[in-house]
Amino acid sequence: MTLIELQDVRRSFTIRTKAGRLRREKREVHAVDGLTFGIDAGECVGYIGPNGAGKSTTIKMLTGILVPSSGRLRVAGVDPARERARLARRIGVVFGQRTTLWWDLPLRDSYELARRIYRIPDARYRANLDRCVELLDLGGLLDTPVRQLSLGQRMRGDLAAALLHDPQVLYLDEPTIGLDVVSKARVREFLREVNTDQGTTVLLTTHDLVDIEQLCGRVMVIDHGRVVYDGSLDGLHAAGQSERTLVVDLAEAGPAIEVAGARVVRVEGPRQWLAFPAEESAAPIVAAVADRYPLVDLSVREPAIEDVIARMYAEVAIG
Amino acid sequence: MDTSVEAAADTSAQLRPERGEPGPDGRPEGAGRQDIGRQDAGRRQAGRLYLAIAQGAFRRYSTYRAATVAGAVTNTVFGFILAYTFLALWQARPGLGGYDSVQAVTYIWISQSLLVTVAVWGGGFQDEVQERFRTGDIAIDLYRPVDFQGWWLATDLGRAAFHLFARGVLPTLAGALAFSLTLPADPLVWAVFLLAVLLAVVVSFGLRFLVSLTGFWLHDSEGIRAVMLVVAMFFSGMLLPIGLFPGWLGELAHVLPWAALIQIPTDILLERRSGFAVLTGLGFQLLWAVLLLAAGRAAQLLATRKVVVQGG
Repeated sequence: MTLIELQDVRRSFTIRTKAGRLRREKREVHAVDGLTFGIDAGECVGYIGPNGAGKSTTIKMLTGILVPSSGRLRVAGVDPARERARLARRIGVVFGQRTTLWWDLPLRDSYELARRIYRIPDARYRANLDRCVELLDLGGLLDTPVRQLSLGQRMRGDLAAALLHDPQVLYLDEPTIGLDVVSKARVREFLREVNTDQGTTVLLTTHDLVDIEQLCGRVMVIDHGRVVYDGSLDGLHAAGQSERTLVVDLAEAGPAIEVAGARVVRVEGPRQWLAFPAEESAAPIVAAVADRYPLVDLSVREPAIEDVIARMYAEVAIG
Repeated sequence: MDTSVEAAADTSAQLRPERGEPGPDGRPEGAGRQDIGRQDAGRRQAGRLYLAIAQGAFRRYSTYRAATVAGAVTNTVFGFILAYTFLALWQARPGLGGYDSVQAVTYIWISQSLLVTVAVWGGGFQDEVQERFRTGDIAIDLYRPVDFQGWWLATDLGRAAFHLFARGVLPTLAGALAFSLTLPADPLVWAVFLLAVLLAVVVSFGLRFLVSLTGFWLHDSEGIRAVMLVVAMFFSGMLLPIGLFPGWLGELAHVLPWAALIQIPTDILLERRSGFAVLTGLGFQLLWAVLLLAAGRAAQLLATRKVVVQGG
């Protein structure tokens, strides 16, 4: 069942810039430029792209606080902008850099308020709160005012607040931003639980690709308001023409190695770096090098997903 | 058009049993479908929600004890300064504006006790909304399924309830101990006074809400707020009772909404308004409260449409 559906969704903004003393120039900016995709119930999708790619604009349209300029948009059977209040009961939203919690009051008070806002039946409220408290280790924090929580604790508190009303969809906007390694791991573990056990559909934007590697079966890369990649994380390597690196240590410093199927990208004394296509085997290259050069040691480095995506962003910018 | 939306919504109705319930703002979501009994239940739930919001606001303000005590002391100090000033003034001009000197001093202490409760200087939810515009958190308020105006009105009523107690009792007691005041013996007068204070808070909220909403266009309502502070100080009767303003200025001050903030509640407590005049005073407050809330609602509609259609 398709839970989130976008058909040729566009959103442009008019920006006025000063041009001369009184004259102002109008300029159209296409933040989202023809998005078409669907997300099925139960999926966990990573939504990534460089700053200004249109990620936040998409999330704003999906929550109904921004109307698309054109195109069709449905979330859980609802047109978000037209029925924002009804949609709000079916979605949960967490912004890593904002909080929905009541700043000066104990965490518990924010949850009690959520119970009233979303009219969560008592039994369900208690069960959901207990589950969140256990999984997110919030037990000792419920009576602490939110302003006294650390960033990691507050983030966990926000996650619980977004899930008390059993939303079908959870939007996460950089949920691990600014967190330390331990807190990040805990948040990811919780999200995996929510996605697999509860079957909650998750749409996640992040700049931390480890979030994606550990949580998302599907990645969408957008840039300049368009989807430039939609598929599995592994497929991203192929699409990004990623390269592996062969690092060789020779007996002594010398000129750059010349070998078929690879090119030298860096030389540092006796050590040289050779790049070759990720899908090619390293064996023939190693054999050729060992045959003609005094080889002491070698290692093969897998491409980092960061580099793949960085290259993808750069290509879109040029094209 | 509508039917397609309804049809699409129906597919998810099995998953979400609460479909068709009235929204917390009292407006039914699946208009014209549910029976009156369910509407009543919805209203009760909405009432409980707003009560919870107001209680939360009350508790929030009560967490800052030192600030509250400091504020109440400030009100008391100003009460002394102004009370002596008024005594000197009334010695020179006895019966000025129809107040005798005891009434004039009582006026000072009551107005100091009400100053923060009815937020003559602005503030309360306004500070928070302004901050939310600055940080962009205002987006959160828009996707929450609670009416924006109702949410902030509830928080402001909770705040006012706290301030009436925390910022009103100390100045009133200090004034009563140090000066001879005229306070009513009839509990009914006190009850009507409290009602007038409630209406004053709503009128004040209506004004401040409109100022806050300018943030949707101006990004920062600080400038307008500064102007409003001066206007409110003058026309609420906070500096001088409105009755002392000469000629047309007095007439104007009597019909502007700020008269509802300080002048009317204080005159009711001083029993300068009694019988039918109490009713016209409350009626005046109610009229402005309704007008300002309606204007706020219209402005909110425009503001959200602007944000939703043009982008924030």
